[in-house]
Amino acid sequence: MQTKLKSYLNRTTSAAPLAVFRIGFGAMMLASIIRFWSLGWIDKLYLQPKFQFSYYGFEWIKPIGNYTYLLFAIAGLAALFVLIGFKYRIAVITFFLSFTYIELMDKTTYLNHYYFISVLSFLMCFLPANAYFSLDAFIKKTQYKQIPKWTIDSIKLLLGMVYFYAGLAKLNSDWLFKAMPLKIWLPSKYDIPIIGETLMHKEWFHFAMSWSGMLYDLAIPFLLLYKKTRTVAFIIVIIFHVFTRILFPIGMFPYIMIVSTLIFFDANIHEKILNVFRKGISLLKLKATELNTQVYNYSNRKISIPILVVFFTLQLAMPWRYLLYPNELFWTEEGYRFSWRVMLMEKAGYANFKIVNSETNDFFYVNNLDFLTPFQEKQMSFQPDFILEYAHYLGDHFKSQGHENVQVFVECFAALNGRMSQPYIDPKIDLYNEKESFNHKKWILPFNDEIKGL
Amino acid sequence: MLKKVFILFTIAMVVIACSSTDDSNGSGTNDGFNRTELLTNVADNLIVPAFQDLQTKLSALDAANESFVTNKSVTNLELLSDAWLDAYKVWQHVQIYNLGEADNLGGGERGFVSFFNIYPVTVADIENGANTGNYDLNTANYHDAQGFPALDFLIHGVATGDALPIDKFITNSDSNGYTTYLTDVITQMITLNDAIVNSWESGYRDTFIDNTDSGVNGSFNKLANDLIYSYEKDFRAQKVGIPAGVFSNGGSLPETVEAFYKKDVSKELALEALIGIENLFNGVGYASTTTGSSLNTYLEFLDRADLVIEINNQFTAAKNAINGLNENFYQQTIDNNAQMTAAYDIIQAAIPKLKVDMKQALNFVIDYVDGDGD
Repeated sequence: MQTKLKSYLNRTTSAAPLAVFRIGFGAMMLASIIRFWSLGWIDKLYLQPKFQFSYYGFEWIKPIGNYTYLLFAIAGLAALFVLIGFKYRIAVITFFLSFTYIELMDKTTYLNHYYFISVLSFLMCFLPANAYFSLDAFIKKTQYKQIPKWTIDSIKLLLGMVYFYAGLAKLNSDWLFKAMPLKIWLPSKYDIPIIGETLMHKEWFHFAMSWSGMLYDLAIPFLLLYKKTRTVAFIIVIIFHVFTRILFPIGMFPYIMIVSTLIFFDANIHEKILNVFRKGISLLKLKATELNTQVYNYSNRKISIPILVVFFTLQLAMPWRYLLYPNELFWTEEGYRFSWRVMLMEKAGYANFKIVNSETNDFFYVNNLDFLTPFQEKQMSFQPDFILEYAHYLGDHFKSQGHENVQVFVECFAALNGRMSQPYIDPKIDLYNEKESFNHKKWILPFNDEIKGL
Repeated sequence: MLKKVFILFTIAMVVIACSSTDDSNGSGTNDGFNRTELLTNVADNLIVPAFQDLQTKLSALDAANESFVTNKSVTNLELLSDAWLDAYKVWQHVQIYNLGEADNLGGGERGFVSFFNIYPVTVADIENGANTGNYDLNTANYHDAQGFPALDFLIHGVATGDALPIDKFITNSDSNGYTTYLTDVITQMITLNDAIVNSWESGYRDTFIDNTDSGVNGSFNKLANDLIYSYEKDFRAQKVGIPAGVFSNGGSLPETVEAFYKKDVSKELALEALIGIENLFNGVGYASTTTGSSLNTYLEFLDRADLVIEINNQFTAAKNAINGLNENFYQQTIDNNAQMTAAYDIIQAAIPKLKVDMKQALNFVIDYVDGDGD
């Protein structure tokens, strides 16, 4: 066993797929940052809000005023450096840190695919993605055509995991037997050319999409791994992501996934891709330099491998942590994030906060838009940890304004996947008195229905 | 092989790039639900007739004002008051529709309501305007010194130092100034409403009906957003919640009721507003019994008849709660604010149904949220 493991770790493979992956990743990230910036979202999502929803334990991470733009500039520059493979290690670590900092600033903007970027860029800190076809190699006049095979496999493992867990999460009665939430989402896309008028409102189509989405997620990692099915699988990847892009506002994610899955292809294909780049570069008429070719020697393996083992173990375990909590996961959302649960719910809520003086019983209601952006209000209204954090913010705010004996109550309703809305939070609980923790939040009212499955 | 993959890849990228504009111009699209029919019904049977009726009532108001200016008698002031109330009741039906020209008037957050019905009115601005003749009703400063609430004060309120409402037009040292202000307010209302009516009659109706997009700017989206906003803001908060004091610390605020100077019509106006919203939801024509396609029809099409019943039950409960109140909300909040607060709670109960359930069922885009999803 041990020798098998050792020989696996010592196996080498062509460095080309990782080089192409690095270039693709850098390009996608650079484009994402530029897009985010040019849409004015830095201002809208991070600078305009008076208040940010923090992740538990990361309350100290906040937007830093106009320096937030600098933070994005650093992330963008780091992505560019990753793309060209210049000072790769520092660049990718910088990218991971700046991007993750950005994501931690406000959990209102949490998206699985942003989390995916953070996780992937962390992994890339440990990979020799600049070994080949990089500026670093050019400057050092040394390139490595062979790198440890496990480095490329680790990316495949991460990608496969994301898909597979996304598929597992779809194994529930709402998705499979009620075609929810696609049944709500698809009919409203009636103005898409051709299929909008003919398919989007058909019930069989909702079920077909639900089931094929589930099968796609569960099967695609394996179809990409096996050489015989790989090309077909890649075509399916393209069709799937293009389709989701047309249907839903999911930004750069489809591009990123399509480019990422190229890593499953053999080295000769990546060499051809690199040849295209080489032709492009040769147009610049730079002086050609002969590079030494060596076999890459992964120097810090003794540290890196254990870190990555812990990392992947955590990644594999995280999506299951919801089992430690009682009640329906979709309802309480305890253990929902960081688990590749993508597009599973149409959930909306309404939260009406009431500030009470416990001595005199005087009260008044809060206009959420005095404190939150509409986007924050929307996200807050159906997520218990947001509701609690906001209740504390309100309590502190009114206390500092001179209000006495402040209690904060909420009348909150939520609706999940087309069910009639029902009371969500116990209106008799003074939320100002409740503390955030990883324990179950007992003041979430029970869900009046049952969703079977994982 | 590789070439094929690349060609496919390129096609995919092009398709993605081309599809990135979410507001594609689909006209006459049809998912089995006839959106054009819905928009046609709402435009032709609800919106346009209501704005036209407001136009009629405003020109009657103008005529009553002319008579009053010519002969400043108590009788003529009472006739002016009647004309004011007639127009005010119609206003309750049009205030929902912040669309097209109404939206273009640039009234800020409250839209065209800013020029017609911001209350409580700021009396000091009116008195100052009457005194100096120096005012511009088009500026945001004067949003709370024009429209129906300003007329309410001018017709029914007593100016500083006066004994009777009519004194400000006769014995007050600024009587000419008040008369001019009165006429200017009415002229402003007529001008703005005429612009709205003209735009609906001269093409905006077709633009509105043709815009069957599913995006934020689609007519249906705007209509659904307007209904919720009007119920929440114009009706629930302005007419009941704020006077009952539920948004402020320290008891009721009787002086913030609608028609504060006339006083005995606040219930009547509130009921009109609710009927206007209810009629939009159920597609009932303005001042008629014609019923056509509307939000209720769409919900039923989506198998949510349960929600239609639920929302209509909420409307009925709200109506009953208001009917139980004094016709004068000012008096109600002073005599028994607990009943006012209880009525507010009943009205409030419809909000989750509209903002959560209806929004989810129709999956319409809310004005404000753009950003990526996953």
